Amino acid sequence: MSAPSPHSHEHHPDAHGGAHATNYVKIWAILLVLLAVSLIGPELGIRTVTLLTAFGIAVVKAYMVAKYFMHLNIERRFVVQLLVVCLGLMTLFFLATAPDVMKHWGMNWRNESAKNANIPEAVHHEAGAEAGHEAAPAGHEAAPAAHEAAPAAHGAGE
Amino acid sequence: MVRPIATTRSASGVPTGRLAVWWLIASEIVIFGGLLVCYLLHRLGHPEWATYASHTNTWAGAFNTFVLLTSSLSAVLAHKAAEEGNGAKAANLLLVTCGGALTFLVVKAFEWTYEIQHGFTITANGFWAFYYTAAGLHGLHVIAGAIIMLIVAADARKGKELQRVELIGIYWHFVDLVWIFLFPLLYIAK
Amino acid sequence: MAETHGHEAHGHDAHAHHEEGWFTKYFFSTDHKMIAKQYLFTGMLLGAVGAYFAYVFRMQMAFPNKPVPGYGLVTGADYNSLVTNHGAIMIFWVAMPVLIAAFGNFLIPLMVGCDDMVFPRINRLSYQIFLLSAIVLAASFFVQGGGFGGAWTAYPPLSAKAEYSLTPLGPTLWLAAVALEFVAFLLGGINFVTTAMNSRAPGMKAFDIPMAVWMIVIASILFMCSVGPLVAGAVMLMFDQQVGTGFFDPDRGGDPVLWQHLFWFFGHPEVYVVLLPALGFVAEIITVFSRKRLFAYKTVLYTTIGTGVLSFFVWAHHQFIAGIDPRMANVFSVTTVLISIPIAEMMFVYIATMFGGSISFSVPMLWALAFIVEFLLGGVTGIFLGASGADIYFHDTYFVVAHFHYTFFPIAIIGTYAGLTYWFPKMFGRHMNEAVNKVHFWVTITSFNGIFLPLFILGSAGDHRRIFDYSNFPELSQPWMQDMRVFATVCLLIMLAAQPLFLVNFFYSMFKGKKAEANPWNANTLEWQCPSPPPHGNFSPLPEVYRGPYEYSAEGRDQDFWPQNSPT
Repeated sequence: MSAPSPHSHEHHPDAHGGAHATNYVKIWAILLVLLAVSLIGPELGIRTVTLLTAFGIAVVKAYMVAKYFMHLNIERRFVVQLLVVCLGLMTLFFLATAPDVMKHWGMNWRNESAKNANIPEAVHHEAGAEAGHEAAPAGHEAAPAAHEAAPAAHGAGE
Repeated sequence: MVRPIATTRSASGVPTGRLAVWWLIASEIVIFGGLLVCYLLHRLGHPEWATYASHTNTWAGAFNTFVLLTSSLSAVLAHKAAEEGNGAKAANLLLVTCGGALTFLVVKAFEWTYEIQHGFTITANGFWAFYYTAAGLHGLHVIAGAIIMLIVAADARKGKELQRVELIGIYWHFVDLVWIFLFPLLYIAK
Repeated sequence: MAETHGHEAHGHDAHAHHEEGWFTKYFFSTDHKMIAKQYLFTGMLLGAVGAYFAYVFRMQMAFPNKPVPGYGLVTGADYNSLVTNHGAIMIFWVAMPVLIAAFGNFLIPLMVGCDDMVFPRINRLSYQIFLLSAIVLAASFFVQGGGFGGAWTAYPPLSAKAEYSLTPLGPTLWLAAVALEFVAFLLGGINFVTTAMNSRAPGMKAFDIPMAVWMIVIASILFMCSVGPLVAGAVMLMFDQQVGTGFFDPDRGGDPVLWQHLFWFFGHPEVYVVLLPALGFVAEIITVFSRKRLFAYKTVLYTTIGTGVLSFFVWAHHQFIAGIDPRMANVFSVTTVLISIPIAEMMFVYIATMFGGSISFSVPMLWALAFIVEFLLGGVTGIFLGASGADIYFHDTYFVVAHFHYTFFPIAIIGTYAGLTYWFPKMFGRHMNEAVNKVHFWVTITSFNGIFLPLFILGSAGDHRRIFDYSNFPELSQPWMQDMRVFATVCLLIMLAAQPLFLVNFFYSMFKGKKAEANPWNANTLEWQCPSPPPHGNFSPLPEVYRGPYEYSAEGRDQDFWPQNSPT
């Protein structure tokens, strides 16, 4: 879609020249199809497929809403950059915080209750395929006594 | 009140109202972003939360996604009508969007009632705490958006302040966007 | 020329305000100058409260377990509450409202040459929410168990459980007050940024914007981009306190370190949020009183933006001993030390600006110079704390306290005094008494150093900042250490005693001072090109801009200044 330069309608703040070219109903229909597809995953019950479709489709839907409904396609670039920077800051926050929040023991400390809440459940409900997921070290799978084994696993890892 | 001359200037090339809405959305991105990052960190660190999450009602979530997507469509159509100078049509379409907001909230109310009756309260465990906090914060934005939309629609019907139809629309799409991510995070990932 | 316009504008002004009542004019005004004054006076009032708290707990430090005149006996819980609220008030209810909200409101429309903020009613709302937040904060002192005492950082689980903090409602009210304050500044920040982006006078390009405006705008952007996670965190912590969730409570699977990350992800950029406006004031003052162009305008601007970006990458240096991942500690040590580069660069630019200028040591200039000196000391001592190895020893000692007071005092107090003495003629149309202000300056600066230099030494000797009575710690209550505490407290008393000099001068001059002309300092920026005080609508007609803000001592001109709006 050829978006006219925003400069051209500075005097008509309401006029979004290019907006008329978009067929909103079509965009909406595509969004609904995507929604339907994202529901197939949980119905099939395959975890990897579910996660990939669910989050992949969420990103696609978000992109379409932002581009066509919020008219970021014809907005000034700095607006898009601003929003992307804010998302980037959240990624930064996630990456820098993850090493602390996602682990339950360190050199001289252990968060017993978080770990206790964690391990039995993980072993009971998510046996096998799941337990190795989410960065859980080998010590986790080791059976009910897992949290005794954890420091050893940690030590071995060093 | 007389509008100051400052409001009518547009040195950046984006009309003042829309510029302010973008800044508002930027600050909202970090509010919801912070909350969702906390949720993600805990969720990835607690594999057992998947079992708690299995009690959420995927179909209710999906229906609400459908409602919000549709209300976004009517909001953008309202904006189109406002651009064409058709205030009455814009107002009607905004009312349709408000109807979407109301439907969304009613579905949520039933959903929460059912869940709370079955013992999944906010204090049940970490997952449900995040579930109610995230959806609740989003719900507040839905309510706020609907109220503002009613005011904007009343003005638009008289042909006044038509540029505001676009502004509330952008905000509404953002509310929709947040839900687009909350849906897989809270309902699908199990 | 500005004078004649001023008379026209005054006449217009008198008509416009004719039927307004007192309440409408002073409380429900949408005029940016009135809102600036509301923020200023509220901030000054709360500053007095914060200073009173400092007085009480410093007296307890110097003379433990003796009744403090004007307060009584200080208990452990009292002490915690006083320290907590001193910190919170000085940052959230003094530095921010005065430096950003008051000066931002007053200066941005005047300096960019327009008649008001772009959203005057949102501006008024932001002040009203701010006032509400101050009232909620004040209410928290009077609930059962007293005010919140979990430090201004509000680390859980201490802040999350009433059993630990001994006050069931105090923490929640405190948190609500902080959250309301954030909302007020989000609304205000959107107003500032949008006004500066959109409402500049015709001809004012990006590099014609005065540094003070740039700095306030960049500070507002930093605030908007960093406060979000903490707003979410405040909601979560409030649920932990009142609903019984376990977001941050390790007993219920939560993670207290997550709160620390949320807090400091905001908390560190916040340092720069308040620092930048003060740096902006200093830039304005130094150029005016050196009669020279700002050395390297673009460098300062890019450096400021660089500082803003870097400030998002340093937050975990507050958490080196919180059990964070040592690999992350290494990264944050490096970024922390890196951020001293842009700040040092700005200091050099300011010094270079003065080099070869015809400097006049007026009161604003004295404050600006003091800012550079004292902030430099604060910055240099920060290097000890930014290095994660050294920080393990220094953390939570009085060394840290002294360090951040050497940064925050220049920012919040020196920056405010510099700005107030510089812009007072514009704000109120009168001059303050220069001699009184000079006495006030020298007493304040001397006693400030007297308070905090001993604390560096005490901190290095191991004084822990959370102990309210050292008599039970023999190694910390040796006579020389106690003498130093007494010395610091006496210096604080001297400093507090000197403040009425300024306050009386301030309020007296507001009504009885010598009338000020429109441009008493012969400055270039637009706010000096309208009458003092500016009438409703500021300029008539609205100015056009022909050049940058720092054209002092230009070649081939009779005058050594060249107003931005002067066509020739």
